[in-house]
Amino acid sequence: MNKQAIIISGISKNYGDISAIKQLSVEIQKGEIFGLIGPDGAGKTTLIRILTTLLLADEGFAVLEGLDIVKDYKKIRKIVGYMPGRFSLYQDLTVEENLSFFASVFETTIEKNYDLIKDIYSHIEPFKKRKAGDLSGGMKQKLALSCALIHKPKVLFLDEPTTGVDAVSRKEFWEMLKKLKAEGITVIVSTPYMDEASLCDRIALMQNGKFMTVNTPENIQNSFKKTLFAIKSDDKFRLLNDLRNYEFTNSVNIFGQKLHYTDKRNNVSENDLLTWLKNKNHKNTETEIVKASIEDCFIEYMSREQLAVSSRQ
Amino acid sequence: MTDTSIISVKNLTKMFGDFTANDNLTFDVKKGEIFGFLGANGAGKTTALKIFCGLSFPTSGEVKIAGFDIYKETEKIKKNIGYMSQKFSLYEDLTVKENIRFYAKIYGISKNEIKNKTEELLEKLNFSHALNERIKDIPLGWKQKLAFSTAVFHNPKIVFLDEPTGGVDPITRRQFWDLIYEAAENDITVFVTTHYMDEAEYCDRVSIMDAGRIEAIGKPEELMLQYNADTMDEVFLKIARQ
Repeated sequence: MNKQAIIISGISKNYGDISAIKQLSVEIQKGEIFGLIGPDGAGKTTLIRILTTLLLADEGFAVLEGLDIVKDYKKIRKIVGYMPGRFSLYQDLTVEENLSFFASVFETTIEKNYDLIKDIYSHIEPFKKRKAGDLSGGMKQKLALSCALIHKPKVLFLDEPTTGVDAVSRKEFWEMLKKLKAEGITVIVSTPYMDEASLCDRIALMQNGKFMTVNTPENIQNSFKKTLFAIKSDDKFRLLNDLRNYEFTNSVNIFGQKLHYTDKRNNVSENDLLTWLKNKNHKNTETEIVKASIEDCFIEYMSREQLAVSSRQ
Repeated sequence: MTDTSIISVKNLTKMFGDFTANDNLTFDVKKGEIFGFLGANGAGKTTALKIFCGLSFPTSGEVKIAGFDIYKETEKIKKNIGYMSQKFSLYEDLTVKENIRFYAKIYGISKNEIKNKTEELLEKLNFSHALNERIKDIPLGWKQKLAFSTAVFHNPKIVFLDEPTGGVDPITRRQFWDLIYEAAENDITVFVTTHYMDEAEYCDRVSIMDAGRIEAIGKPEELMLQYNADTMDEVFLKIARQ
């Protein structure tokens, strides 16, 4: 049996003069939670729409559960679940009607696959007579996920399921995805929230239609080569400006209450930095060596790409 | 930042029929502060925000915005605040230049001043080449920066930002926060709602709302200490799950 749920090879797509995705290749394993991490315009939706057979690629090919995305599109549609960015629910239908509708399209019933959606659907079942348009963001998200799962798909595509959803609902949503993984469903999920990356088995960091890197979150974090300092002082804004103008600064970015800083020199110590900060009259300074987050890595990869572009010009 | 209150809220309650959207809110925001107004979807943030902008009246309570009374002086309030949201701010079919001029004129800024300030702004944002581009043709990150800049073009005392930074890359998001810090340095008070909990940590102080009430308020580091949490995300989850 093939271990790969999806094989993507050299997929490109242009819209007129704009190249939306460029030569993407990756293999996704069965039962994996694979994250497409990147901002708006990175190409996440285009890739998902190609893999769900809703859009044709200009170049390249992809195979999903052994089926060709162009030739076998009808078969593929039966085995994938797709939750688009703006939850494709019928606003004027009730919760129950939406679910029955999606079940009947796939020639199944709610009862037949109730076990799979039970954990998710039970949260909204008390409101089953309510129109979908009247649900809160978190509840719409749960209904849309139930609808995408009602035909027990082998592969589930979720396009920014947590955008605009509060931190609590986001947390619950990811807990549900882990349960689906346990059921053996392959999940491809896109998100602009970098902090959600660590919840995936593997991720692709996407920017301008390209994969900047594909790996496990852990390996990506470990690939951050420079020593990363978290620095704090009473006046964060002045600290930021001072560090931007410091001759040895390699990078400096705000991260919450602290600044994340890398130095051009190889052997710089926390004490060296503290001395410099003191000379600049910063009060209550603290430094600490920290592990790079996915967001640190994303910024690092973006900066490298920008450097590569500007050196070519 | 000074100790003068620029937003003063006392016992603010807003009812819709039997439903209490804002339940007895009391808090102050200081001049030049960056204040994060956080809460889950449906916690009552938008309801309160509308009241602070002079677009809706409370059921009871006292609110002063930039020293003006929320019941009697809504027009004065509108002149002294700026507003920006992710969903609506700029006119997509107008150009960059037309949008700036439109907002500046609404706030009664003189022709000369508009001209000078527009040049200054475009230079600062590095946008001069895009002056005649329509908004719908420019990248999201540019739109957000431009929307913020037009919201503070008339030098308001307070700027309200309603989920301003969704969907952009981490570098662009930080450039946006640079603009926020700069505004605060110039004594513009920044009142911001966001779902990004790391952005909550960029604020001087935050409040966290749940079911219409403010459950916690303070500096991010104080709240993390109080709730024994490493991040604001954890604080938020602990409050929401109480």
